[in-house]
Amino acid sequence: MTPAGSLLTAENLRKAYGPTNALDGAHFSIHPGEVVAVMGPSGSGKSTLLHCLAGIVTPDSGTITYDGRELSAMGDAERSALRRGDFGFVFQFGQLVPELTCLENVALPLRLNGVARKAAEGTALGWLERLEIDSLARKRPGEVSGGQGQRVAVARSLVTGPRVVFADEPTGALDSLNGERVMELLTEAARSTRAAVVLVTHEARVAAYSDREIVVRDGRSRDLERSS
Amino acid sequence: MSISHTLLGLLESGPRHGYDLKRAFDQRFGHDRPLHYGQVYSTMSRLLKNGLVEVEGVEPGGGPERKRYAITDAGITDVAQWLAEPEKPEPYLQSTLFTKVVLALLTGRSAADLLDAQRSEHLRLMRELTERKRTGDLADQLICDHALFHLEADLRWLELTAARLDALAAEVRA
Repeated sequence: MTPAGSLLTAENLRKAYGPTNALDGAHFSIHPGEVVAVMGPSGSGKSTLLHCLAGIVTPDSGTITYDGRELSAMGDAERSALRRGDFGFVFQFGQLVPELTCLENVALPLRLNGVARKAAEGTALGWLERLEIDSLARKRPGEVSGGQGQRVAVARSLVTGPRVVFADEPTGALDSLNGERVMELLTEAARSTRAAVVLVTHEARVAAYSDREIVVRDGRSRDLERSS
Repeated sequence: MSISHTLLGLLESGPRHGYDLKRAFDQRFGHDRPLHYGQVYSTMSRLLKNGLVEVEGVEPGGGPERKRYAITDAGITDVAQWLAEPEKPEPYLQSTLFTKVVLALLTGRSAADLLDAQRSEHLRLMRELTERKRTGDLADQLICDHALFHLEADLRWLELTAARLDALAAEVRA
């Protein structure tokens, strides 16, 4: 049963890669504006859970419901549209397009959604200002530091006004101070726009920016606060 | 570490004399600080008074050391409550947490649940400190950072212990 008021819910997810059960009955739910940390040791299945929730990977069984609609019932085109509009993504290594400027990188999701260049770059610049990196607008990713690049990635994840941001080890490649700043900016921006954040991390200090955590072990999830 | 709870937990596997209790305690938990006989007997008399243990028999020859103590139902409940209650997160908790984990394994309780409850309690405090950092000045940030790094180290220990529970259970029950 879907928990009342939740935006994104997963029930009893199973996913195997060959003989390995990456997910073995995982559950998840998140409310609008909530930041939930997904923790667990390496290989526990936390990234697979994130990929399933985001519609990137299809689970072998189980249901994922987003805003009242079941993900598995959607066609590829509908799921892609969801990923471009309703979902935002931040990965460990930014994954910015090296040929584009930082401004163009942030504007890219809007351009893919058909927004005209000028309007898209105007919105993108607003996000660069908000994340205190508007001075980098004309630079390319190769010309900025790791911490700055990750802020660009955060701006890109928020530019379409997503309802869910998926962040997979967003500070994994950064030092403590830069990681902290990225987390402050990501969570502040998400809370002010009521975006939910699914935060995969193995670092407790990063998870401390969340409202709640679930632990994934051997492909099974455990919601500590709700089970206690 | 609560010596009275630890001695109670050791009694759960069966009645023992005071001397046996001291020996079991020292062997498992007293590497740095073995118990004095006096501590054992004063603890046992307090537990007796509170109804958490009873004297099952007295060996001929008399003397306090010949009393055979058994845990009562109230004692078992007391151990269960102590094990289920997470410790207040603070530096250098390891000896208490280690004792709780070993006793949970010895008494057939879930050590994984105990570690998860403790992990949750640690993260709760880390959230409070992170929020205090966000709204505080630089001095607040530095003080909170110190606490956060220590708590993070504890959490890593909790995770590593969780990953080693099967091996520890085999060793403890051997």
